[in-house]
Amino acid sequence: MTAILTDHSAGLVGEPGNRDGFGRLLRAEWTKFRTVRGWMIGLIVAAILTVGLAWLTAAGSTIGCSNGSGTVQLTGRACLPPVPIGPGGEAVNDSFYFVRQSLTGNGSITVAVTSFTGRHIAGNGVGRVHAVGTGQGGLVSGTGPWSKAGIIIKQSTKPGSAYAAMMVTGSHGVRMQYDYVSDIAGLPGRPSSPAPRWLRLVREGDTIAGYDSADGIHWARVGTATLAGLSRVVQVGLFATSPQDFRVQSSFGGQSVQGGPSLATGVFDHVRLSGAVNGTWTGGNVGSSPSAGPPDLGSGFHASAGTFAVSGSGDIGPIVPGPGGGWYPTAAIEQNLAGAFIGLIAILVVAAMFFTAEYRRGLIRITLAASPRRGQVLAAKAIVAGLVTFAVGLVAVIVSIAVGVRQMRSQGLYVLPVSALTEARVIVGTAAMLGVMAVFAVALGAVLRRSAITITVAIVAIVLPFLFAALNIFPYDVTNWLLRVTPAAGFAIEQSIPHYSQVNSLYQPANGSYPLPPLAGFAVLCAWTAAALMLALILLRRRDA
Amino acid sequence: MSHALDAEWTKFRTVASPGWLLAATSGLTIAISVAAETATRCPASLRCPVDTVRLSLTGIQFGQAIVAILAVLMITDEYSTGLILVTLAATPRRWTVLAAKAVILAVAVLGAGIIAAGGSILAGRLILPGHGFTAARGFPVLSLTGGLALRPEAGSVLYLALIALLSLGIAAIVRDSAIAIGAVLGLFYLFPIMIAFITSVTWQHRIERYTPVNAGLAIQATTGLRHLPISPWAGLGVLAIWAAAALLAGALTLRLRDA
Repeated sequence: MTAILTDHSAGLVGEPGNRDGFGRLLRAEWTKFRTVRGWMIGLIVAAILTVGLAWLTAAGSTIGCSNGSGTVQLTGRACLPPVPIGPGGEAVNDSFYFVRQSLTGNGSITVAVTSFTGRHIAGNGVGRVHAVGTGQGGLVSGTGPWSKAGIIIKQSTKPGSAYAAMMVTGSHGVRMQYDYVSDIAGLPGRPSSPAPRWLRLVREGDTIAGYDSADGIHWARVGTATLAGLSRVVQVGLFATSPQDFRVQSSFGGQSVQGGPSLATGVFDHVRLSGAVNGTWTGGNVGSSPSAGPPDLGSGFHASAGTFAVSGSGDIGPIVPGPGGGWYPTAAIEQNLAGAFIGLIAILVVAAMFFTAEYRRGLIRITLAASPRRGQVLAAKAIVAGLVTFAVGLVAVIVSIAVGVRQMRSQGLYVLPVSALTEARVIVGTAAMLGVMAVFAVALGAVLRRSAITITVAIVAIVLPFLFAALNIFPYDVTNWLLRVTPAAGFAIEQSIPHYSQVNSLYQPANGSYPLPPLAGFAVLCAWTAAALMLALILLRRRDA
Repeated sequence: MSHALDAEWTKFRTVASPGWLLAATSGLTIAISVAAETATRCPASLRCPVDTVRLSLTGIQFGQAIVAILAVLMITDEYSTGLILVTLAATPRRWTVLAAKAVILAVAVLGAGIIAAGGSILAGRLILPGHGFTAARGFPVLSLTGGLALRPEAGSVLYLALIALLSLGIAAIVRDSAIAIGAVLGLFYLFPIMIAFITSVTWQHRIERYTPVNAGLAIQATTGLRHLPISPWAGLGVLAIWAAAALLAGALTLRLRDA
């Protein structure tokens, strides 16, 4: 056999004169692929099962609620709350207690926060709250990590409108946050009356600069926000809010999340406004508080001798999937792609067989006799398997998302909106991920030659890390590590809602969250595939067929 | 039957791959269990809702993949090499052929499983107390031969044997190694993933009660027994029904089809 297979020198890319040869090789491989009836049927069945499973996974219990007066029971779509949309197009929580004046034109606000406390329902937030003590009426005192109080300049009291704010937080020190998704760290620590935290916001046209200080004399700029199209008249004042607290118990295969509303109270001293303000403080809740939900723990404000105590409940920030999103159940579009796993297994089987079947039947000898450049044979097989998978995957993913999102909405689940660009990345990226995984299986097939072992290695390398993550078998950081270094990192391309460190939630794959950014995760998968291809190339050239 | 057993045993022991796969089953199961035990800690300040026995047997979820390869190849290799024609010529009773394969496979997997599960529990006994899972804090001392860990340990060994028989049955139906292993691993790993995504409690419950891996692994539970979707032995029973049904279907197709 080896006599006719002596040309070991060819690389992946042929010499210019060989272009035609490679084109013919591609066509030959495509012919092999499409004429094995079982493979095409397998792929199509995989696509159908993928969509079917998308429908099944989305088929949860329909959400029930009652109307405002509590007399009429509603279900499904009718329960969808009005969710504010932020300036960047994302769904946001925008509910807090606001003590405000209107400001026309440029101006500034300066305060000293002398105390920051909070309350939440007993039993919540074990291990997560900053301090715990016994309180009154089933409430215990303690602030959540992202409870916040401070000063804010906001376009209007309409939820979702543009803003910039300086605040103290439960356990993340002083922060400047603006337009829901931006978060900049300032001074560390919590305020107390001997060591207050001084905060200042200065508006000049569209830009708002945030400053902090430990003594009211030496100021440092924390950040500058540009709020495009900020109107001449804005609302300026003091705010307090505290996101729903939650506690998660994880065990094998299951998780229970318990949570409830919480309240934060900030005490402000040395409140100073400059610019054209109207001079009278007005207090009120902004937003119907989709984050806090009922019951109200006692938001409001109290002013005496220049000192303000402001209490509020809710959150100002992006809505994420999972328990940090608020009391209303939300979902991300990629949660409809769980069905892709069943498709994936079929794809890995077919792609692995694309090489291993040739060894079993001895066809490999004819293939290599017809095109002795072994690198080109590998490349042609990889390209055909990758592209076919991409095409079938694309259709399956588009239909899965369309079907699943419809289903989720009709049940009353709020599907978090994403930009068209992000949605395109999720769809095309998932199809590309499936294509690259198919190439990975082709390369493994060339290395291992035995289909049963190839398929098991491929499935175990790609699916098992994800399964271990989804089942919470390992602690959080081990799971994250698994999803960083194994080929399963590629699933990150599905993530549509970014991880916001300023929103405390359960960031895990079942909620559509991965430890690596989408493209980085995809790159890890590509690196594994490239390594497998290299190994396949070396072994193909070295070994007899 | 004894001739068929003899023949299957000769085939099994004179090829290198079954021995390697059995060794890999034990070795990798213990390795994954050790990794899980090493990674899990219970700091002094926290209450940890960890089922230490189940944690120690984590590797079984990986070992089952290798057991599946072994079981699938036992049949499909004969088809791909044409050996099946010789086998069936020598033993025309096809039920007997499958039964002999099942017996040899089950015995071999039980042996590898005892090492795998025993090693995993032993590692847990050595590692976990150093990670905060001490008897003083209410966690059981894991023992190989008695106490709380015995049922999960022995059950995991039986679990692996049943997984092997289920895979053998499916392979007898499918005959092709690639499709058989894909079908088997899909059956094993898809349902547990689905649970994480499915929002419907009814469907979650159904999957936990009636699918082979989820129901079968209930045998490993030692905490929260009253809240299990299916009781440990009933769960293993569900897996046994799956395995019996697959073997029966495999035997029927073997009997009714030309080789």
